[in-house]
Amino acid sequence: MTLKEVAELLDADVLAGQDQLEMEVKTGFGADLMSDVLAFAKPGSMLLTGLTNPQVVRTADILDIAAIIMVRGKRPVPEAIQLATELKIPVLSTRFILFEAIGRLYAKGMRGCIERVDNNFGRP
Amino acid sequence: MITILDVHEKQIFESSYTVQGGNFDEAGKVASQIKVILKKLGLQADVVRKAALVAYESEINIVSYARKGTINISVTPQRVKIETVDEGQGIPDIDLAMQVGYSTADAKIREMGFGAGMGLCNIKKFSDQFQITSEIGKGTHLKMIIHIDNGA
Repeated sequence: MTLKEVAELLDADVLAGQDQLEMEVKTGFGADLMSDVLAFAKPGSMLLTGLTNPQVVRTADILDIAAIIMVRGKRPVPEAIQLATELKIPVLSTRFILFEAIGRLYAKGMRGCIERVDNNFGRP
Repeated sequence: MITILDVHEKQIFESSYTVQGGNFDEAGKVASQIKVILKKLGLQADVVRKAALVAYESEINIVSYARKGTINISVTPQRVKIETVDEGQGIPDIDLAMQVGYSTADAKIREMGFGAGMGLCNIKKFSDQFQITSEIGKGTHLKMIIHIDNGA
């Protein structure tokens, strides 16, 4: 699926990366906890999140996340958009809730970047 | 004459960055810079990713909990070493701090999407070697090594 198709499917506004909408995305990860994103998200995936601060963009940059979809109609602070533009990470904003946004993408063939986690994560 | 050992011990890159505690707006900037440098050095993507991730969580920790800190990075053909030394309150119980879900984070840290008691666990998970020492009232010292698999 292209990012343009994602934007149409989610009736999303493109807030950064208008010139990168032809990008192909196949997998995604959804979370509001950045440490979980760091632990589990894979490069090239989309990140769906309800957070809107610059740390979301930083986290995406560190992990080579393809694009950020902000859900629940959240609008990022201007600093986050500025940083995303600088780092060339597309940012979309949709009014769908996380569950609905992911459901719509899944129905069209997009999958999680991992299916499930190891059961012993973080336990010594 | 250069011995094989010398070649292997050669520093490819070394640098040091200062991080101000409490400066949430800039949190992650150093890790971003480190990632760009490691990519330019031509390291494998998974090494760059692990090193950037480890640097990022460490930087978030300094910003969140310390007055200030330093992130040192050194690269040889065999490994990336990231060391952080901070001036802060220190960690009273390291075993407890290493437990998934244990956190002393305040609202500001949680707003950023951190402070869920995973930072140190992530750092350990993505490092090949991990060392932590801490002194109450002085600060915390982390040392992480990420191996470079060069097929040797």
